[in-house]
Amino acid sequence: MTWTECSVLAHRNDMETHPSMKTREEIAQALAASGYIADTELATAISLMQLLRRPLLLEGEAGVGKTEVAKALAAAHGTELIRLQCYEGLDQSAALYEWNYQRQLLSIQAHRGEDADAVEDQIFSEKYLLERPLLAAIRQSQPPVLLIDEIDRADDEFEAFLLELLSDFQVSIPELGTISAITIPHVVLTSNGTRELSDALRRRCLYHYVDYPDVDREARIIMARIDGASASLALQIARMVEGIRKEELRKVPGVAETLDWAAALVGIGVNDLRDQPGAVHETLMCLVKTHEDKSRLSREVADRLLGKVA
Amino acid sequence: MSCCGVSGGYDFDEVSRLVAARLSAFLKTLRDAGFAVGLQEGRDAAALMAAGYAERPALLRVALKHLFSARKSDWDRFDGLFDAFWLGKRARSRSLTSGSARAANNPSLKNLQDKRSEPAVGESATDQIPSAGGDADEDRAGEGRKQGASRAQNLAEIDFRKMADPEQIAQAHEAAARLAKAMRTHLTRRDLARRRGYRLDLRRTIHGNISHGGVPISLVRRQRKEKPLRLVVLLDASGSMSMYTGVFLRFIHGVLDEFREAEAFLFHTRLAYVSDAMKEKDAGRALDRLSIMAQGAGGGTRIGESLQTFNRWHAARVLHSRSCVMIVSDGYETGDARLLGREMAALAKRCRRIVWLNPMMAWEGYAPEAAGIQAALPHIDLYAPANTLKSLTELEPYLAKL
Repeated sequence: MTWTECSVLAHRNDMETHPSMKTREEIAQALAASGYIADTELATAISLMQLLRRPLLLEGEAGVGKTEVAKALAAAHGTELIRLQCYEGLDQSAALYEWNYQRQLLSIQAHRGEDADAVEDQIFSEKYLLERPLLAAIRQSQPPVLLIDEIDRADDEFEAFLLELLSDFQVSIPELGTISAITIPHVVLTSNGTRELSDALRRRCLYHYVDYPDVDREARIIMARIDGASASLALQIARMVEGIRKEELRKVPGVAETLDWAAALVGIGVNDLRDQPGAVHETLMCLVKTHEDKSRLSREVADRLLGKVA
Repeated sequence: MSCCGVSGGYDFDEVSRLVAARLSAFLKTLRDAGFAVGLQEGRDAAALMAAGYAERPALLRVALKHLFSARKSDWDRFDGLFDAFWLGKRARSRSLTSGSARAANNPSLKNLQDKRSEPAVGESATDQIPSAGGDADEDRAGEGRKQGASRAQNLAEIDFRKMADPEQIAQAHEAAARLAKAMRTHLTRRDLARRRGYRLDLRRTIHGNISHGGVPISLVRRQRKEKPLRLVVLLDASGSMSMYTGVFLRFIHGVLDEFREAEAFLFHTRLAYVSDAMKEKDAGRALDRLSIMAQGAGGGTRIGESLQTFNRWHAARVLHSRSCVMIVSDGYETGDARLLGREMAALAKRCRRIVWLNPMMAWEGYAPEAAGIQAALPHIDLYAPANTLKSLTELEPYLAKL
């Protein structure tokens, strides 16, 4: 089988694409407009996410901008971002729904002596239901972006529960009945890899590994995010950070740190890194966050890297 | 999954049988390479190809990469597999239509036959055979527990290196696996026993007090869940340890299978991450995969350098404050002993406990004089012999205290 044949066959069966699907270029542009510079692979991932309606699992080192993808996606779609921050011990009542017990108790007291069934119907109505992120996400009129952040911090049990929700998109509340999704949200999951995720969850999701950006993309990110950063300065910063990442550091600086550093440099009026090596060295605290790294990135090392940047 | 909406109205017959057969062959290749690819993924891939993604190999590669990969290792390997399968060893130009079509006909014909008998079902059936076998294995292990215990007692005090009989070795392996399982159950039971809590659980309180007319009389409290211990094992697979490696590999296999959180590394002159290979249900297959990874085993040991690699690349991900690092090694360092000391200090900062198991410790007349072990000793919380099954069992109460 050759590519020619494949594509001919594909054309013959010309399958309808999903109506909301945009081309990858449009996706990249839309993300760029909301401040996220995506590479082509990520744009492909997002177009697939819409085509196949699968959740997108983003993995990568801390600070490479995984959460930002979801924020930019929400901005690009013009919808709400609903965020569920996972933590250890996260359970259904914090993630899905909870009854407003205090209010229910008050209501029972207030309606004392009335018909028991009527009181029960009343206290188990929507009015007393507290929506948590997952329930909120499936009850929007416009499909929101549901960001399930740091899923690896939640426990296995929660992961299994999430799997069920992501396949059915309905929630059953014993007292109220089953609530089906009004719209199906765009689901983005992020993981830092502190715990191995289950194969079932991984299989269900599209997988994208977010790597540190290359020099060119990082420079574009700096220009998109930091007002007043010139192209030459952004490129110098990106090259410098690339050099620093290659040093043997305990905590490798992420994109967030780069942006901090760029903002700091712009803030103190540096236009060219080579002109003010002193300022460069003093602001390196934006990038290196441990004592050990600080001593490793000494004045000499910084100057050597700066020399390469030029 | 909701993608049924896309693929549901879409029939397999629409795509040419050839493409489907070729695709299913590709899925098979991926499964052989350890990708977790199910039926749904296959269907989605077919949908993608039909939706025009097949027009450009580079685009299809990226699309399928997102669809089929599940973790970083898959992500890194995918491009190579894709190119080898779809584009031949060297990228074949598109104009070679006739020649390559004939060449590709052979595998696809074979696959066509597979497909006629429902390729999807057929493949899932073959997938299930090994796992069913694995279950059966477990059952057997459970049944044999009672009789195994008596056998294990004879074995428990024999030094592993003195076991010559292959049957005896096999028994020791089984006992090690069982031991790992038993450790796990003991440890979890302790976790479940906690009942007193620090704040009210309103939902359960109200439910529990329905019989009192909703007046909260008996209170239910909740407690933060105990986080299970995470065990990280670093196993020395160098020449001087060769007599013990087999048994410990089996032990680690059992531990990884049973502990909810456990990771394993193998080191000799360099460090290898082996958790994935060890997670294979069938112990024999896992050991086979490992022996490939342990290439270079049998040479010298660079514990210091291996630890450095661990600290630099794996520690942040693998360790947290409730981790116990278990190093199984004889401490004969052929590299720099000072480096070992430094790296041990760094490691000690990151984890809760370091256990160093040294099978040679129980040898008569052994004293920890090797430079390596001398440098490491100050940072070790428990330094114990582990040359018999009994000595392994004795570790359990220690681990439970963490």
